[in-house]
Amino acid sequence: MGIRERLSGNEAAAIAMKQINPDVVAAFPITPSTEIPQYFSSFVSNGQVDTEFVAVESEHSAMSACIGAESAGARAMTATSANGLSLMWEMIYIASSLRLPIVMSLVNRAVSGPLNIHNDHSDAMGVRDAGWIMLFSESNQEAYDNLLMAHRIAEHKDVQLPLMVCQDGFITSHSIENIELLEDDVVKNFVGKYKPEHYLLNDKEPIAVGPLDLQAYLFEHKAQQAEAMKNAKKVIAEVSEEFAKISGRKYEFFEKYKLDDAELVVVCMNSTAGTTKAAIDELRAQGVKVGLLKIRMFRPFPAEEVAEALKNAKAVAVLDKADSLNGCGGALFEDVVSGMYVSNIHVPTVNYVYGIGGRDTTVTDIKSVYTDLSEIVSSGNLNNPYRYLGLRK
Amino acid sequence: MPYNHKEIVANKPSRFTSGHRMCAGCGAPAVARMVLRAVKPEDHAVIACATGCMEVSTFIYPYTSWTDSFIHTAFECAGATLSGVEAAYKSMKRQGKLPEDKTTKFIAFGGDGGTYDIGLQSLSGAMERGHDMVYVCYDNGAYMNTGIQRSSATPKFADTTTTPAGSVIPGKMQSRKDLAKIMVGHHLPYVAQTIALNNFADLYQKSEKAIYTEGPCFLNVLAPCPRGWGYNTEDLMQINKLAVETCYWPLYEVVDGVYKITYKPANKLPIEEFLRPQKRFKHMFKLGNEWMIEEFQKEVDSRWQELLDLEEITNKS
Repeated sequence: MGIRERLSGNEAAAIAMKQINPDVVAAFPITPSTEIPQYFSSFVSNGQVDTEFVAVESEHSAMSACIGAESAGARAMTATSANGLSLMWEMIYIASSLRLPIVMSLVNRAVSGPLNIHNDHSDAMGVRDAGWIMLFSESNQEAYDNLLMAHRIAEHKDVQLPLMVCQDGFITSHSIENIELLEDDVVKNFVGKYKPEHYLLNDKEPIAVGPLDLQAYLFEHKAQQAEAMKNAKKVIAEVSEEFAKISGRKYEFFEKYKLDDAELVVVCMNSTAGTTKAAIDELRAQGVKVGLLKIRMFRPFPAEEVAEALKNAKAVAVLDKADSLNGCGGALFEDVVSGMYVSNIHVPTVNYVYGIGGRDTTVTDIKSVYTDLSEIVSSGNLNNPYRYLGLRK
Repeated sequence: MPYNHKEIVANKPSRFTSGHRMCAGCGAPAVARMVLRAVKPEDHAVIACATGCMEVSTFIYPYTSWTDSFIHTAFECAGATLSGVEAAYKSMKRQGKLPEDKTTKFIAFGGDGGTYDIGLQSLSGAMERGHDMVYVCYDNGAYMNTGIQRSSATPKFADTTTTPAGSVIPGKMQSRKDLAKIMVGHHLPYVAQTIALNNFADLYQKSEKAIYTEGPCFLNVLAPCPRGWGYNTEDLMQINKLAVETCYWPLYEVVDGVYKITYKPANKLPIEEFLRPQKRFKHMFKLGNEWMIEEFQKEVDSRWQELLDLEEITNKS
């Protein structure tokens, strides 16, 4: 089983969508995710999918149309990046509040301004509290696999939330890598049919979607969303377990790379994990006990599990590919340290904002982080916890 | 078949129920009710609504006035939202996921704020892509839901809360946008301008044509607002009548680009007749402001003439 291929990250996402065969795709082109709707349109034009492709006039309309389609009873998907996601922002919240399991491919790119088309995570971080499940992918393979699992997670009756699969713009979206695809029928069986309980097109049971929801109810509805997000954890674990059976690839909430005995640990997401692994291999060869914790499931955030996994470290560096401009640290850093604090785990932890606007992050850069960590351990002095990596002086 | 109001009201129960919270004397509920009466009883409908008076007064959780399926998402995207619903219908119908013998119609409602202004892009996209739907704009000439702020549909000189008639600036200083013509520019199979008048024949017949013409269709319906316009609630139908008889709001339809004026007043009334009963135009009747009425009349006349010309030209070819 498995088909060996060589695909870019965007191709991998488009192939996953083809195999999922959603009822509706509504999308608007934006670099670096443009290729996804482009490839997908050719599947539509050549009759390889049953999908109705809606070539909308903006990302706001893309998400609005996905909301309409999913409410109507369809499986709806989209893809976007950066400013496209920013323009969707209003509808992103509406999609999750309506409990619609829409699936999005988010090819991460810096949000303007000024304008920049390259990779960082500022787009994803802008919607981190919007009620979407967010899975991050180190490689093309992971972007593909996460998408195949997406509907099973999002549509689960205990969840019913939209889900985005993130991958790094250009770094993985435009790089061709080896990948192992599943056969179409294996995917079809795994993803299954979408059977919504209530939907607009059911003439036997007309429904109304999207009310004015005032003081008497909104709080409870929001609490239900929060509950669904908590439920997603268990469902993600179950679906990942099942996916391992058909693919041989097992995904956890986060990946531990040489972490168990590591004294100096880097926490990061997406493609930088690959760079970090290379740095780890070099440093391990020199006998330095370094490791990586790579977040896959960013929303819901596995705070307790992350804290537990970091408790034996002597120093931790959390790498944020987006600055929060709040004077105290990036989003991932705050999640990790608050998770540790609540679990009463106190390991010296620093934050590095890095790779902004596609600034290259090399193995040497990551090694410098481990050097800094080792200095923190030897000096016992953490000094400034909110730092930059790769910033020109 | 000639329009028979009694028969239609008797045989086609309202799909928009009472108990909603629209103001007394508001023009919009009558529009919604009559448009939906034009849906065949055996057909299902999905209604999309832009945020606005109509949405916040008809679907306050957990109650709804809509007997058909209904969706509201945000202010500016009723067109795009309904595009998605219609695309789902096409896709699912093609795949055999929906009953073959059942027809669903798609109707969007938006005020002038959600249609002329913030929702214009979404509407234009939906129309251009050719979704099989009707977009109904209930035009009350300002952002009434937020408290009477000017829109691009607000008539010149109107006193609104963002164009207050002051001692230096006498109300809104710009003319209103002609949305129906913008829609005609999309080369739609059916565009019409209508109003709730007399026995509702014009509104009903145009709704029926729009709903049962395949492809994207557009209705622009004048829907007076007693709070924003400043008339007595019981005078709604009289205001509608004056809008038509003065040619402020001409009734016409455009079928595949060919204009047809569906009502030509035998005796076109002066525009004062329409302006005088409305408080928003009160300042125009002050001594020394006669120029405002003259200018308003000129605009009405030139737009009416333009329409007569368009009818002539498009029927020639």
